[in-house]
Formats: sequence, C-alpha cells, structure tokens
Amino acid sequence: MHPAVSVIFFTVLSGAGFGMILLLGLGFEIDGGAGRAFVVSLVAGGLAVAGLLASVFHLGHPERALRALSQWRSSWLSREGIAAIATLVLFGLYALVWMTTGDRPALLGGAAALGALVTVFTTSMIYAQLRTVPHWNSALTPAVYLGFALSSGWLVATALGGAATAGLWGLALVALAWALKWAWWVRASRSRLSTAASSPETATGLGFLGRVRLLERPHTGENYLTREMVHVIGRKHARRLRALALVLGCAVPLLCLALIHVTGAPAVLTLLPALSMIVGLLAERWLFFAEAEHAVSLYYGNR
Amino acid sequence: MTSLPASTDKRLGLVIDLDTCVGCHACAVNCKEWNTGAGASPLSDADAYGADVSGAWLNRIHTFEVTPADAPAQIVHFPKSCLHCDDAPCVTVCPTGASHKRSEDGIVLVTEDMCIGCGLCAWACPYGAREMDPVENVMKKCTLCVDRIYDEVLPEEDRIPACVRTCPSNARHFGDFNDPGSHVSRLVADRGGIELMPEMGTKPVNRYLPPRPKARAPAAGPVAATRPQTAKADGFLGWLDAALDKLG
Amino acid sequence: MDQTRGASDATADGTEIRKTTCYMCACRCGIDVHLRDGHVSYIEGNRDHPINKGVLCAKGSAGIMQHYSPARLKKPLLRTGERGSGDFREIEWDEALALASEWLGEVRRTDPRKLAFFTGRDQSQSMTGWWAQQFGTPNYAAHGGFCSVNMAAAGIYTMGGAFWEFGAPDWDKTELFMIFGVAEDHDSNPIKMGLGKLKARGVKVIGVNPVRTGYNAIADEWLGITPGTDGLLILALVHELLKAGHVDLDYLIRYTNAPWLVIDNPGGADHGLFARGEDGVPLVADREGGTIVSSAIPGVRPALRGTVELGDGRRATPVFELLAHKYLDPQYAPESVAGRTGIDAQTITRIAREIAAAAFEREVVVEQPWTDMKGERHARMIGRPVAFHAMRGISAHSNGFQTARALHLLQILVGSIDCPGGFRFKPPYPRPVAGQPRPHGGACADTPLAGPHLGYPRGPEDLLLEADGETAQRIDKAFSWDAPLSAHGLMHMVISNAHARDPYGIDVLFMYMANMAWNSSMNSAAVMKMLTDKDASGDYVIPKIIYSDAYSSEMVAFADLILPDTTYLERHDCISLLDRPISEPGAMCDSIRWPVVEPDRDVRGFQSVLLDLGARLGLPGMVDDAGKPVYRDYADYMVHHQRKPGVGPLSGWRGEDGDKTGRGEPNPDQLARYIENGGFSEVHVPAEALYFKHANRAWSDWAIAHGLQDGPVDNVFQLYLEPLRKFQLAAEGKIKPAAPAHHRERIGRCFDPLPVWYEPFLEDGLDEAAYPLHAITQRPAAMYHSWGSQNAWLRQIHGENALYVPGTVCDATGLADGDWALVSSSSAQIRVKIRRMDAVNGSTLWTWNAIGKRSGAWALDADAPEATRGFLLNHLIDELLPAKGDGRRWANSDPVTGQAAWFDLRVAIRKDPDQTTGHSLPHASSQKSPVGAAPRQVRHGRRRAQ
Ligand SMILES: Nc1nc2c(c(=O)[nH]1)N[C@H]1C(S)=C(S)[C@@H](COP(=O)(O)OP(=O)(O)OC[C@H]3O[C@@H](n4cnc5c(=O)[nH]c(N)nc54)[C@H](O)[C@@H]3O)O[C@H]1N2
Ligand SMILES: Nc1nc2c(c(=O)[nH]1)N[C@H]1C(S)=C(S)[C@@H](COP(=O)(O)OP(=O)(O)OC[C@H]3O[C@@H](n4cnc5c(=O)[nH]c(N)nc54)[C@H](O)[C@@H]3O)O[C@H]1N2
Ligand code: SF4
Ligand code: SF4
Ligand code: SF4
Ligand code: SF4
Ligand code: SF4
Ligand SMILES: [Mo]
Repeated sequence: MHPAVSVIFFTVLSGAGFGMILLLGLGFEIDGGAGRAFVVSLVAGGLAVAGLLASVFHLGHPERALRALSQWRSSWLSREGIAAIATLVLFGLYALVWMTTGDRPALLGGAAALGALVTVFTTSMIYAQLRTVPHWNSALTPAVYLGFALSSGWLVATALGGAATAGLWGLALVALAWALKWAWWVRASRSRLSTAASSPETATGLGFLGRVRLLERPHTGENYLTREMVHVIGRKHARRLRALALVLGCAVPLLCLALIHVTGAPAVLTLLPALSMIVGLLAERWLFFAEAEHAVSLYYGNR
Repeated sequence: MTSLPASTDKRLGLVIDLDTCVGCHACAVNCKEWNTGAGASPLSDADAYGADVSGAWLNRIHTFEVTPADAPAQIVHFPKSCLHCDDAPCVTVCPTGASHKRSEDGIVLVTEDMCIGCGLCAWACPYGAREMDPVENVMKKCTLCVDRIYDEVLPEEDRIPACVRTCPSNARHFGDFNDPGSHVSRLVADRGGIELMPEMGTKPVNRYLPPRPKARAPAAGPVAATRPQTAKADGFLGWLDAALDKLG
Repeated sequence: MDQTRGASDATADGTEIRKTTCYMCACRCGIDVHLRDGHVSYIEGNRDHPINKGVLCAKGSAGIMQHYSPARLKKPLLRTGERGSGDFREIEWDEALALASEWLGEVRRTDPRKLAFFTGRDQSQSMTGWWAQQFGTPNYAAHGGFCSVNMAAAGIYTMGGAFWEFGAPDWDKTELFMIFGVAEDHDSNPIKMGLGKLKARGVKVIGVNPVRTGYNAIADEWLGITPGTDGLLILALVHELLKAGHVDLDYLIRYTNAPWLVIDNPGGADHGLFARGEDGVPLVADREGGTIVSSAIPGVRPALRGTVELGDGRRATPVFELLAHKYLDPQYAPESVAGRTGIDAQTITRIAREIAAAAFEREVVVEQPWTDMKGERHARMIGRPVAFHAMRGISAHSNGFQTARALHLLQILVGSIDCPGGFRFKPPYPRPVAGQPRPHGGACADTPLAGPHLGYPRGPEDLLLEADGETAQRIDKAFSWDAPLSAHGLMHMVISNAHARDPYGIDVLFMYMANMAWNSSMNSAAVMKMLTDKDASGDYVIPKIIYSDAYSSEMVAFADLILPDTTYLERHDCISLLDRPISEPGAMCDSIRWPVVEPDRDVRGFQSVLLDLGARLGLPGMVDDAGKPVYRDYADYMVHHQRKPGVGPLSGWRGEDGDKTGRGEPNPDQLARYIENGGFSEVHVPAEALYFKHANRAWSDWAIAHGLQDGPVDNVFQLYLEPLRKFQLAAEGKIKPAAPAHHRERIGRCFDPLPVWYEPFLEDGLDEAAYPLHAITQRPAAMYHSWGSQNAWLRQIHGENALYVPGTVCDATGLADGDWALVSSSSAQIRVKIRRMDAVNGSTLWTWNAIGKRSGAWALDADAPEATRGFLLNHLIDELLPAKGDGRRWANSDPVTGQAAWFDLRVAIRKDPDQTTGHSLPHASSQKSPVGAAPRQVRHGRRRAQ
C-alpha cells in the first residue's frame, strides 16, 4: 500500500493524542497546577485533532467531510469520525471542568477515556477489516494500535506532566506494545497474500490451467491502483526501516526509561523517549503501509 | 444506505468470455469515452501529453501468461471492471453513503457529489475496480452503464452497456443472473463460469468463461486417406486415373 | 436499390448524431458521431454498417481524442531552420499553393520524372494516381510496397483476389479456420467479429504465428512457427494432402490451370511455357482420346497427367503432374520440414488430415442453382468449408510472394476458394490479371502518362526499363529487374534512391500521409540523414520536399513546405470501389466521409488542395477549355468525376434520379443520399452470384451491369504462373529482354512458376552464431502506427514498448524481466527494456510496432516515455542486405514484388552491463514542435472542450 504521509502522521499522532486522553480520562496524575493540566490537555487534544485534520485534508473533497459521519451503522471510518468527535467533545468538557474547578469528574473522564479507546479501536479496524490486505486483517492490528497509542500517549503525558518520574509502567507499556507489534510482524511474515489463499491463479480463476503470470499491465504507465495499492519496496530498505523503528521506537525509549527509572531523573526527561518513540512509530507506520500487500497487486504482477 | 441489501430483485452483471477475448481494449476505451461524455463528471486524465500520463478508467485489460504443466505457455487477455459483488465490501466501508448497492438490480454505484474521495472503498475492493479521478478527486467505478440500460430514448437494442455493444469479438455479455433462463445464466451454466477470488467472500456477480481446452481434436475424426499413402509421385498419378474416372 | 435507412437524428437530450466513416485505421468502419452543442461528445459504431455492424475498436472510440489532439497542424508551414529541426513559419494558403505550383510547374515543363509523388496509406489512390498520371511523372505509388504487396500480388496473379481486406473467410459456414501471421490486419473489426462467430459455433481456429498473443491467444491450436518458414509448412501440408489423395479434382479441372499443358523442351525459349493454340488459348489433353484441345471448350475432360506430343513434335505435360512430382518429393515431407519450421511432423500430418476432414467430410451445400462461365448449369453450390487467412507474417519476408502463392495453392487444391465455407472474394474482386492494366511509364514534358502507373506485368516485356534494358525508369525501380512484379510500387526505396541519385536525381519529393522519416522506413536514422544531406554546393541532395500531414509527425520536421490536412471528421473522403473496397463478400459497398464538424484551424482537405494545384498547373481533366477549374473541391470531384462513362468514384445513387447503382450519370444529389443512408452504399449481390464468382455467369453479368467489369473476364486459377517462367527464361537468356547477368541466379531460383520455399535472403549464408535470433514486430490492437501516440487515451495503453524475449533465451543470456539489453543486427544496435515471455517461438524476439517516437514530435513533452523508453525495431533493419561475394548489396526485399522484408531480421541480444540508465537507444535529437506545447488536460463531452 502507498504510505501516504498524511495518513502516517494521522495514525501516529492521533494515536498518541487519544492515548493521552485515555490516560487523562482515567485520572493520570499531572504534577503542578491548572496551567500544566491545560498544557497537557491541549497537547492531548491537539495531537488528536491535528491527526484528524491531516486525514481530512488528505481527502479528495474535505469540504464534504461531515458526510463521513453518516454511515456509522456499517462503516468503521464513519464510526471513527463519530467516536473521535464525541471523544474530543467529552474530553473538552472534562478538561474545562478540570481547568475551571480543579476537579476531575471521574464519570466524564471515564467516558472520554472509553471514547478514546473506541476511537483508536475504530481507526485500527479501518485497516483490520480489510480482507484485501492480509497483513492488516487480524485482531493483532487493533491490539498494536491500542498498544502504541497507550505507550506513546503515556510517554508524552509523563514527559509533559508526569507527577512521578517515569516508572516501570512506562517500561511495561512500551515493552508490551512492541511485544504486540513483534507478534504482528511474526504473523505478517507468514501472512502474505497467499494465506488468504489468494494468488494470480485465484485472482484470474485460471489456476485450473496452470501457473499464471502477468505478461502485460493494462497500461504501460502507472495508475491510481498501482500507485495506491501496488507499492513495492526494496528488502534492504525495509530492513533498515524496521531497524530504525525498533531502535528509535523501542530500544531508545526502553533504555531511556530504564535510565530515568534507575537514576530517578525528572519526568520531563521522558520527552526524549517520547519523541524517539514517535519518530520510531512514524517508521513503523510507514512500513505498516509500505509492506502491506493488497490483493489488487495480484493483477499487477505480484505473486 | 451503505448497508447492503439482503437480496436484490435482479442481479445485473457481465459475463466475459476469456476464450473469445482478443485483448483489443475496445471495451475499455469505449467505456472511457461513454463515461467521459455522459457521466456526472468526465473521467479525467492527468498529464495527458507528458511523461507521466494517467487517467481514470473503469475497465482495464490485463494480459496473463498461463503455463500448464504439460503444454506450452498460453496467453489469456483479461478485461476487468467492477463485478457488482453481492457482498460488496466497497459499499460497507464507505463512510458517506456515496457507495451503494441498488436493491432493484444489484448495481453498485457511487453518488459522486456525496463522495469525499477517502479512497477506502478502493482499498476494500480486491479486484481493483475502483479508481480515483485525478482531477475530479472522487471515486469512479463501472456503473454497468446504468445511464444506458434504462434510457428509453435509446433504441431498445442499445440499452446495453457500452462495452458490450462495442466489443468486436462478442466476448462480453450482459444480463440478469437472477433469471436462470437469461443468456448470461445459460452461458455460465454451459461453460462453467468462474468467480474471481471466491476466498475474499465478496460474491461477485460477474462471471468469466474459462478458455476452452487447446488443441482439441476436430469434432469428427479426421478422414481416412482416399488412397494408399505413398509419397511416390508415380503411385499418386496411378491413383489419379481411377479417381478421375469416378468423377465421370 | 435496396437501401434506405434512417437519416441522422436528434435525440431528446439535444444530442445530434451524424454518421460517417472512421479513419483511426484503414478498416473504415461506420461511425455514429454524437454532437452536443456542435462539439463531438461520443463516437459509437454504426449498427447498419456493412463493415462493423455496430462494433468499434479501441482506436475508433479514441477518435474523439484524435479530434481534440494538440498535435493537429493549424496552418501551412514553410521551413525556416535546417531540415529536421522543426523550425517553421506559418504562411497563408495562397503563398503555400503558389510556391508548390511554382516548384511543380517547373518540373512538369522540364522533366516530369523529377517529381516523385508518393502517398502512403492513401485512401484516395484512384484520385491521387489519376492526378499523377495527368501530371505526367512516372514516379507515383502508395504504400503497398512496404506493406503487403506480396499478399496482394500473389493473390491477384493466382486467383484474381487476395487476402488483405479484399476477401474474407465465410465466417458463417466454415468448419475449420487457419490464420497465418496476422496480428491485426486491415480488416480489423471484421476479423474479430468473425472469430467471435467461430467461437460461438465452436469451430476450430488454428493460429500459425511465432507469437501467441491476440488472435493467436484464442486460437484452439497454436503453431509457434519459426519466422520465414511458413512456405515449408504449407508445402508440407500440400505434400500430405496429395499423398492422401485429399484434393478436389473436379474443382481443379473446372477452375484451375491444373490440366493445362506445359511445354517440355529443355533449352528451348518455350520450355516451361503453356502450349497454346493458334488463338493463344492454352491447350489440354483430352483424357479419353488423348487429343490436344483448347482448354476453353465446354465439357472437355482433360487429363491431369501423362506427357503428350504436341502436333509440332514438342512434348508437354499437364501442370498437375508437374505439381504432383514437385510436392510429393520427400523434401516437402513433414519430417523434412519439422526442424526448420519448428512444427513437429505429426502435427503437420494431423493438421493436413483435419483440413481434409473439414473440406471433404463436412461439405457445405447451399441449395442454389447457378450457371458457370462455360454455360454449365449446377444444381447446387457445394462448399469445402476450410477457410484460411494470412497477412504480413507471411508476406513481409523476402520469400513472401512465393509463400502467399503456396497458401493459395493449398486453398485451391482443397477447392475452398469462393465456395460456401471457404475464402470469399469481396466485390469488385475477383479481378484477375487478364482484366488488369499493365504498368505505364515513360515521361514527356507537359504530357500526361499514357495509362495508370501501377499494373500487372505479364512478362519481362512489360517492365519499365530504359533503352539499355537494365536501367529502371522509375525512381523506386518498380517494374525493373529488381522487382518485376512490384504491383504497388516501392515507396520505401524512394528516399534512398533519390539520395543516391540512382537511377537519377529528383527535384521535388511530394509525399502525403506517410511517416517516412521514422517508422515506415527501414533504418530510420540513415533515412533522416539522407533527408538532411547536402551536396557539394550546399544544397540538399533531395532539393525540395512538400508534405501533407494532419499532425505534427516526425516527417513534418523534414519537409520544406507543409500542406496541413483536415482530420477525418472534418473532410470529404471517398472510399471508392475504384480503390480499396469496403465491400463484404455478399455486398458491393462504398462509403464517404463528410465534414461532421468544420475545422477550427486554417487547414484544407488534401484532395481538394491537390485538385487546386492541378488546376493551377493546368492539368488535363482538372481545367476546362477556358483554363477554369473543373472541380470546385474534392466533394465536387466525388460526384462529377467519371473514370469511364457512367462510372465514377461512388457507385450508389447514380443517374439523374439517383436510382442507378454502379453505372449511371453523375447525380448532383449523390452525397446527400449517402449522408441520409449513414454515409455508405450497400448493394447486395444476388443469391445466384454469391459464390464461385471466378466462374459464375450471374456474377459476371451483375459485375458488368454494376460497372465493376467492362465485360466477361477469364479467371482460371493459376497454380502454375507462366509470367514467372518467362522471367526465368529471360534469366536464362532465352527471351528478350534478357535479364542482366547479376540478376540471373536469383531469378532462376526464386521465380519458380510453381510455389517454392527458399531461405529468406538475410538468413541465406548468415552467421547463425553471430545472429541466432529472429526479431519481429506486431501491431498493437489499440494503436495505429505512429498516429496513436498523440492520443491521450491510447498512449496510456501503449506509452512505451518492451522487447519480449523467450524464457529460454533469458536464461541463456542472464536476462531477467525488466532488464535493459543491447540488441544488435548486422547493421546497428539498440538498447531496450525486455520482458520475459514463454508463449512465443523460442528463437523469436518481438515488440509492438511504432511505439517509439522522436522527442518533440506529436506535441508530446520532450521527456514522454515514447521518446525516452520507447524504441523502433526499424533502427536494426537495413534496406540493403550485407554485401555478398560480388560486393553487391541487394535490397532487403522480395525479389518478385520488391516488398520490404521487415520480418527477415536476425539479431543477437545480451544484457547491458549498465542497468542504471533508464533510456532506450538510439535517441534521436529533439525536434521543435511547430504546433506548440500541449495542454496538461483535454476535456470534452458534457463539459466542453477547453
Ligand atoms: N518495424 C516495422 N516497421 C514497419 C512495419 C512493421 O511491421 N514493422 N510496417 C510497415 C507498414 S505495413 C506500414 S503500412 C508502414 C506504416 O507507416 P506510415 O504509413 O508511415 O504510417 P503512420 O506512422 O501512421 O504515418 C502516416 C502519417 O500520416 C499522417 N496522417 C494521419 N492522418 C492523416 C490525415 O488525415 N491526413 C494526412 N495528410 N496525414 C495523416 C500521420 O500523422 C503520419 O505522419 O509502416 C511500416 N513500418
Ligand atoms: N491496430 C492496428 N491495426 C492495423 C495497423 C496498426 O498499426 N494498428 N496497421 C495496418 C496496416 S498498415 C497493416 S499492413 C495491417 C497489417 O496487419 P498484420 O499483418 O496483422 O500486421 P502485423 O502486426 O505486422 O502482423 C504480423 C504478424 O505476423 C507474425 N509473424 C511475423 N513473422 C512471421 C512468420 O514468418 N510467419 C508467421 N506465420 N507469422 C509471422 C507476427 O508475430 C504478427 O503477429 O494492419 C493494419 N491494421
Ligand atoms: S472489447 Fe472484447 S475482445 Fe476486446 S478486450 Fe474487450 S472483451 Fe476483449
Ligand atoms: S468489484 Fe470491487 S468495486 Fe465492484 S462491487 Fe465488488 S468490491 Fe465493490
Ligand atoms: S472514496 Fe467516496 S465512495 Fe469511496 S469510500 Fe470514500 S466516500 Fe465512499
Ligand atoms: S458496463 Fe459501462 S461502465 Fe461498466 S465497464 Fe462496461 S462500459 Fe464501462
Ligand atoms: S477498425 Fe477501429 S480504427 Fe479502424 S476503422 Fe474500424 S473502428 Fe476505426
Ligand atoms: Mo501496412
């Protein structure tokens, strides 16, 4: 699949944002007064909104974006939009109450947290539902999305407003998220298109005759389908990016968190692992798209 | 609206005969032409005369090489457009309701002025049957020429899809798959029409007729020689007299 | 007249439909052009049209983008920069026409030979030829010489009709169809429609072709023949059929020269010629009494074998015996040809039996009595339902004439010409040599030529030679010893001969509709150089070039004066029975184009311009006694011109009231009647005349009544072709004019009066190890030569081309899909991208034809893939063969007709060590676009063209 920059940013940033909202709604402790709380809430909401906006402007017709809320009964994308907006509204109210009263109403917070959870889940389901992309079409996809949202959200929240220094919690969340991602990768390595039992033979129905191979594309140049769905990346390139994702997204944060934990360094230093992880996640997300094979590629020379 | 109808009154679609398709692209170009002049918005082309021309097409002709285990490789030309699936995932993913499947005839359509161009339906379609218009920025797909097949201004014989009407080798057939007696249903029954990627669970309506076996022996066995076969000219000429006598 | 159909009509939504004729290729289908607010919005096939019956091919539908093409020329152009650069200035028509008539007038007054007028894939040859004849230059022809003259000439000489689009399989009745070397054909849609019919009936299709794409992909059996060897395969089939006695003796006796006696007088000047009576009619031996009688006697029962004494002591043998001896020879046995053709012996034997089974066991009978030309009444029409078709795959080889003859021999032996289920002639065919003109040459200042340029020589006496008996009269050396039966001329030799001033230099090269600087020439780079070469005095070796094109092609850049043509929706055209017919076997048809939209540029229809020039030059027939133009324009000519009394360009609605067909006085209302009828005229052949047209009295009468023939014509199929024997005698020095010494061996070997196979010239003596592979091109269904690339839709389908390489060759040379490779022939090297393919003859590389473009042409961006990654195989093909022992370089052509041997090419391939550069080579320098740059997008339809 074509790794569109806007979608990569959207999923990573809004993931972190909704992860933060989830944590804040559940009462994640923020050190300092209303000012700090405001900053943290703003960042949480901001990340979520920035991501949403990026994806809206990625649309062919952003001016019609509101229409996208109409099909919640069947469409995960519609559900995502509704969930995101509802969550942002709830969280906005929650933050307002918090800022103005200093109180953190648990019910409202809980609702916002649930909303965030649902939003991240719906986002992930947009991908996980697609049988056309076997890499994605797995329960592990929501798990990974949630894991990364939580862990990256936790790191940012901690860095900006952590009451305590980054604790074992962080280590655990990051490790868990990457464990899920590892499991996802392991599955992905075994779930090429062929595990969907699809092949040029089934795509053409000509398997009964023999082995099927593309001789000529319909057109000699690229088209929307080949650009969007028949993305091919070099193995070496993929390996390097995966290393980058693991180092920046996993190893560096874990190491930093461990150091912070051991040295008792101030929470604000968590900014380093947070940023590192987000950069690592951008690489991870790039690969999430770039390495995903779409069934359409079977018509364009993929096996 | 993006929920799928449980069933449709008719199941209109195409049968494409891979034993007859010569890969000429006539259907694809006439489709492009019809839908450029007649649709809600034209089917556009970007960089039309430049290095990277690319346009929206609702029908494309692929060429495959098929290599049987025990026979020489053969070529199959393979036209592909929307298969108007019964379980169309492109419809259910659509957030706006632009994509829909009609309950009366099963045609899957996009209402262009509702479409936000998110591209998700194209991701959901396993067959590559949806294309983003590079200029209009909305999703385009085969309409089964819904603007022809019900158009009473057209003579009745022309109320068929443009691609079917234009196909020079008659490799494309249009009809109602719900009617077991229809031309298309009979073709599918007689020739073992194939469903593409059944494993995707989309339940496509369109069917492909497989290439017939190659190098078939003729219907009747070859004739016996009318004379003992020797390659000697003298022997041949000897036979000739008798043969001519028979002619009288 | 049985032809009244609905006129163009306006539909409810304000769309108007105008019916005319497609010209996105030479197939000439009928089209319904939809106009919205006067703008073309949709084109579909005309359901009533005899050719396409409603269907339309990819090119036809894309016609709308050709109509809106940014490459259309806008105004006459005069060259300002060097030739080839593309620097021009726009001039007014008056200036352009004045300049052209000055150049042409000078030539006509001094030496009309100094004009070479060649017209490419012209569909108005009867008019352009007439113009050239009135001008008086001997140097006129159209494109057939580089196209498929082998096919046309072999067919006409053998049976008075040919494949090409001049005949067709009886799709509805045939029981077996075999197609040789066809990718697209001129009969593009009809063949596809026919194949569809065969598929629907379950009739077996056998494809003979090195490549298994297109028609061959759907063939039920594919014979992946090695290029250039079809003659061997066909003659092996003949061997098998003869061996098994599967020949239609009755048919052979009735319709062919099988019984004619051939003089056996070794060493004599008549050896191998037909024994003829006093009246010149060939003789046969009566089977019963052994008496020698005229072959023309009705009811004669001639012998097919046995040597007889002629009255004068000479001996003679029937053709059939010679034929049987020749082809029963073991050299034509399947086992002998299997290795060379790549088709195994059992397959050949089986296919011979399948042919026989279809022909003789599945006889088709049409219950229709008819009378033959000898007056015998037949109760029914009995058909041998095997049909064959062939095109350039067999004809574009240096042995193509004989191979096409061999195929006709096969058809005739099983009795399948113009019978139910066989191959059928399309009116005006059959037109045997007996009813065809001889070629005309000679040239006098200010004087028309005595007759038409092109014709069918009966022997060496009809060649167009100077007094020395050797030097060609024509610039293309047509009808010379180089190419005696060059019935279509040799357009591909014009530029190189004019450049070499051999046989003489010319002053004006006037061309129309042929991209000679690029894809229609062999060795394009050398041709571009010839066009730009200057002599010692600094003048171009070819001094003046006038060219008419409609688009900014490669050739435009090499001309001095451009006469911009209209495009096909903007002009009158005439698809005439005097020219290349559009008839179907059961109907006589012709058609017109008319301006369904007016041009939005300062362009003029070429034929009208030609008539204008003719009037300015005062050419006879084009001006009246007062020197005033006879014809207002081409439309006026189409209606009022008469070739002979009552016969003109169009056959429909003749006579003052429009109630005559074929023959009749000009009808001023004729074009309106065509337009009312959808742009064409279709008149059905009566049932009794539908088959056996070569020998059918009803057909003959009908053809005469409809102006297709002047009187009855003898059409005896020529299995044994006497004119070839005459050339052999000339080569043996036995008859005059004698062939020059260096021609003798070739003529002796290749001009066999019975079909033969010989090694294609390039391969004869070739270093197999150095050039082990064949390389050929195919027409893509969705592109027409070079015109297609300016089309925003078609260029998406074929924006660049790759060379398809057999898997075995890839493995042997280390090539993988997508690699860049260097391909070399004995004359040049190219660099191309390859694709691996297995469904192809293992020694054959191939690519799509004419996709590569010169950068800057066709209003495409300079970095368009056509120019950067596309390529032409033409760069590897030399118009001359490598020098032989005597240092002479022969033309890379068929020795009989001069047809360009495109497909004889032999090459070697290796992986380019440089895999990083993404360019094909050679890369010609860019040309400037005289029409400016193209827009990024073209829009039309509901939203109007911008
Ligand atoms: N390698 C290789 N080369 C080949 C062949 C092959 O098989 N292989 N085939 C050969 C054969 S058979 C042929 S016929 C030739 C074809 O070669 P060409 O006859 O040169 O064909 P085109 O490239 O179509 O060029 C025709 C020219 O006519 C112009 N034209 C188009 N429409 C109009 C019009 O309405 N009016 C005017 N005035 N001009 C117009 C086009 O712009 C173009 O410049 O190529 C030959 N070359
Ligand atoms: N779409 C389209 N249609 C066209 C044209 C076009 O450019 N585009 N051009 C028109 C013109 S000018 C012409 S002349 C006709 C030509 O029509 P075709 O004769 O169909 O033209 P080619 O593509 O040259 O086809 C040659 C075929 O012969 C095969 N072949 C090559 N060598 C051999 C051989 O030795 N033996 C056999 N058996 N096969 C061989 C090639 O693989 C190819 O399939 O098409 C006309 N129609
Ligand atoms: S028009 Fe017919 S033959 Fe041509 S590609 Fe389409 S389906 Fe195949
Ligand atoms: S083919 Fe694709 S676009 Fe068409 S209905 Fe099926 S899933 Fe949807
Ligand atoms: S691109 Fe348009 S039709 Fe497709 S899913 Fe998005 S809104 Fe629906
Ligand atoms: S049915 Fe109509 S829209 Fe669909 S492929 Fe055919 S021509 Fe195109
Ligand atoms: S075959 Fe195609 S391009 Fe040629 S005349 Fe017919 S419709 Fe036009
Ligand atoms: Mo041609």
